[in-house]
Amino acid sequence: MAQVLSPVPGTFYTQAAPGEPQFKQPGDSVASGDVIGLIEVMKTFIEVKAEASGTFKKFLVEDGAAINAGQPLAELEG
Amino acid sequence: MPIKRMLIANRGEIAVRIIRAAKAMDIHTIQAHSEADVDMLAVRLADEAVCIGPAQAAQSYLNIEAVVAAAKATKADAVHPGYGFMAENADFVRALDAAGITFVGPSADVIDRMGDKVAARLAAKAAGVPVVPGSKGRLDTVEEAVSVAAELGYPVMIKAAAGGGGKGIRIADTEADLRKMAPQAQAEAKASFGDGGLYLERAINSPRHIEVQIMGDGTDAVHYFERECSMQRRRQKVWEEAGASCLDQETRSHLCDTAVALAKAVNYVGAGTLEYLYDRETKEFFFIEMNTRIQVEHPVTEMLTGTDLVQEMIHVAGGGKLRKSQADITRNGHAIEVRLNAEDPMMQFLPSPGKINTLRVPEGDGIRFDHFLYEGYQVPPFYDSLLGKLIVHAENRDAAIALMISALEGLEIGGIKTTKPLHLALAHDASVRADDFHTQWLEPWLAAGNLKPTP
Repeated sequence: MAQVLSPVPGTFYTQAAPGEPQFKQPGDSVASGDVIGLIEVMKTFIEVKAEASGTFKKFLVEDGAAINAGQPLAELEG
Repeated sequence: MPIKRMLIANRGEIAVRIIRAAKAMDIHTIQAHSEADVDMLAVRLADEAVCIGPAQAAQSYLNIEAVVAAAKATKADAVHPGYGFMAENADFVRALDAAGITFVGPSADVIDRMGDKVAARLAAKAAGVPVVPGSKGRLDTVEEAVSVAAELGYPVMIKAAAGGGGKGIRIADTEADLRKMAPQAQAEAKASFGDGGLYLERAINSPRHIEVQIMGDGTDAVHYFERECSMQRRRQKVWEEAGASCLDQETRSHLCDTAVALAKAVNYVGAGTLEYLYDRETKEFFFIEMNTRIQVEHPVTEMLTGTDLVQEMIHVAGGGKLRKSQADITRNGHAIEVRLNAEDPMMQFLPSPGKINTLRVPEGDGIRFDHFLYEGYQVPPFYDSLLGKLIVHAENRDAAIALMISALEGLEIGGIKTTKPLHLALAHDASVRADDFHTQWLEPWLAAGNLKPTP
């Protein structure tokens, strides 16, 4: 079990834009470096990338949620 | 009616700046804030504060209903919008008008007119303000384009008449270039927009961004001279000066006088800025747009002319006449402002919100720091990264740069990353010191690795 942590505080998004599919669905395979979400911080968007490979389990925060630096955003298996 | 109770519908350093101006005028201040901004300095300084919604700006600082309701609930007779957020939102102004509350700025109609690029360009032309020469309508053939280009003068910019943004723009330096590029541009415009019509505009190579500060009371208008704001990264100004040393006196007078003509033509009320591109080779300047608000970089003009522009705009919004005639407004010395942002310039300007552990502010003659920080303050991640503006004023440009270096060395913002190292490097750079830069200068300078970590 690996967690993807937020590098910065801000607002977390699970999709590239409203109406677009989520970056990852439960069961998707994840390669190291895959984008799993976006963080809006000070009007700038930063990609959150997986640092390990595995299978996507779930997001730990909702789309549009305020998050802190270091907060777990998603869980991977394997 | 002079303003007695003013709601500040903004945050950060400009909210602090507005409160200071209002207090000097004995106006009761009411600070609007989001749930994330309860601890900000402006809330602490204001006579009272009112929460207007959640952290997300769309639900607070950009929420017309919430701000108007807060103004009514606190019995404000005026609202100051600052810059950004709803400062140029005509619908907001109309909602305040309907509630009988004064907006500190121009009328909704003037905001609409100046916010529309085509209408603003027409108003500028009618007032004698030079605009970038361009084709009058769409061009459908290469021969038409060649004949229009001959009138405009090369280089010309080829755009799709139906397009927007920067897509498919080509620059032709000669007629031969144009004959080669126009058919390509037509084909691309047809493929992208279903319309092969073209539009030509004179291209200005390596332009400088020059802007003129104006102030109007509805009948009269004056200028407060120009600012030089070419130092930009991603179209955001980084370092601003007043005046523009690259202008000669004749060009400066022409630039400022035509700006006043436009302000008078639209019966302008409040502070405004006309932005221009300036071609240093030909000494030509061309209107780009008008901003109908106080600007971030207004302090350099205040230092140059010894005028409190924020107080003056509040005064005219309350129905007052301009307190300084054009003859009373003089320029003295040179002023420079740098923007301290919560960004790491060594890491592609990655935003750096967080807690301010230490704060040391430089003091002395000709040094001013407009900011909203205090030790222990947590800079929230929800808004833009501007922390403050360091402004210096000295007898000439060289002395101002020297003072900027010592002021920057005396400034310490501990706990987060800031753009201070960028400004120190710029202040030491030979091209900056020689006043030899333009709007396309900073990004290649950064890409070339000119900003090095200090040992």
